[in-house]
Amino acid sequence: MKKFAYFPGCSLEKLAQSYNNSSVETTRLLGVELQELEDWNCCGATTYFHVDQLLAYTLVARNLAMAEKEGLDLVAPCSACYKNAYFTNKYIKEDPDLAEHINYALEEDDLQFNGTINVHHVIEIFVNEIGVEKIKSKITNPLEGLRVAPYYGCQIVRPKHNGTDAENPHFFEELVSAMGADTVDYPERLRCCGASLIMTSRHAALNMVRTLLQSAVDCETNVIATACPLCQVNLECYQPQVNEEFGTNFNMPVLYFTQLLGLAMGLPPKKVGIGSELVSAAPIFDKYLKRTVR
Amino acid sequence: MAAKPTFGQEISNLLYASHGNPLTNCIHCGTCSGTCPVVDFMDQTPRRLIGMINADLKEDVLACNTYWFCASCYHCTVRCPAQIDIADVMYAVKRYSIWHKTYSEDLVGPTFSETFVKTIIRSGRSYEPVLAPTYMFSMGIKEVLQEAHMATQMMLKGRMPVLPTKIKRLENFKKMVRRIIPMGGAK
Repeated sequence: MKKFAYFPGCSLEKLAQSYNNSSVETTRLLGVELQELEDWNCCGATTYFHVDQLLAYTLVARNLAMAEKEGLDLVAPCSACYKNAYFTNKYIKEDPDLAEHINYALEEDDLQFNGTINVHHVIEIFVNEIGVEKIKSKITNPLEGLRVAPYYGCQIVRPKHNGTDAENPHFFEELVSAMGADTVDYPERLRCCGASLIMTSRHAALNMVRTLLQSAVDCETNVIATACPLCQVNLECYQPQVNEEFGTNFNMPVLYFTQLLGLAMGLPPKKVGIGSELVSAAPIFDKYLKRTVR
Repeated sequence: MAAKPTFGQEISNLLYASHGNPLTNCIHCGTCSGTCPVVDFMDQTPRRLIGMINADLKEDVLACNTYWFCASCYHCTVRCPAQIDIADVMYAVKRYSIWHKTYSEDLVGPTFSETFVKTIIRSGRSYEPVLAPTYMFSMGIKEVLQEAHMATQMMLKGRMPVLPTKIKRLENFKKMVRRIIPMGGAK
């Protein structure tokens, strides 16, 4: 079984527990083990970088160094964690001066980072490590007739990193079709959800969420699939606020792609964290899942 | 005596990843402003902000909300034909405004970020409930009630942390932070 150092990130402890459970369960069924990094710390989201860049890189490097110590590549399910880890890793590899500063600080925790590992988003494990063909062969409950909008958001494709197409990616669509679902040609798939502006600039963020939801409705979407806890919370949990602010009537389920994949592979809904939604996803299961998943 | 650095140079010096001053490469095509999903809510468009930085209009740049309204989506960065990492420039201006306390007072972003960082250097993990007061004050009664309602629902679904968590090697972690930011006796 191929093993990775798994860095769940703070959101997945509670807020996005369903993403955590479904990621671990689905990868295991596909022959990949996500071994949680011991004593990992917060990656700083976007806010460390607002205060001090060197501190931000150092705190991310602590996690990288612990994964390197295990001899494992790092996997992050949250897009912001992934972006921070990916670019910190890249910059440390490229800049010996930065590496020296950071390693000086890491000494305090008996750690050192030599830049010998790679960083992946959990969606890349499905697409690149496991592969769409293998996933197809494990689907027992194809989500036939379910119209799924693959929502990339920002940081799994931007800023540009090796091997991704920042303007026209298609790996998420391929993953959704592998589940047997109908892939919605979702025009706003790469548009930002507002991220932490939901806390700091509420009106702007609610507008951004409305744009995404309206576009999904216009495309006759049954469920939006996400790969990031912040996107999920903004799109799902703020629907009542959007409805209040703009007089709309959105009631759009928003699930993690790993939850949908787990259901398509026959995992019981509870195991992939179904039931913790604020916008119920029950109607879509009653209607589209071929046989009851138990 | 060395010449005083321009504001553009000061900002460029805050960019780790891009050496030199990338801002002077701007051709003012406006691709960033056309791409930005938050542009409608900004005092100045990203293109204008870069122009203002290059024109050394420091006070005007710092007084506007533009850089604190950047959601770091990097759409401008990947499209910029002059290869300027515009989102990273916004980060640099945010840092400048925090260190110099020059941001506009009605913004929530700076306090939110500072509180977030303080939480993490105390415990190693983030904890959402601590952050709420930093942005709740900017809201009206109705919004506060909506927010409380949502938090309750999240709590009922087991999605809200009740107690903050801490990392195990917290003492080492704190010493590590102090090697980057000397904090004197501050806790």
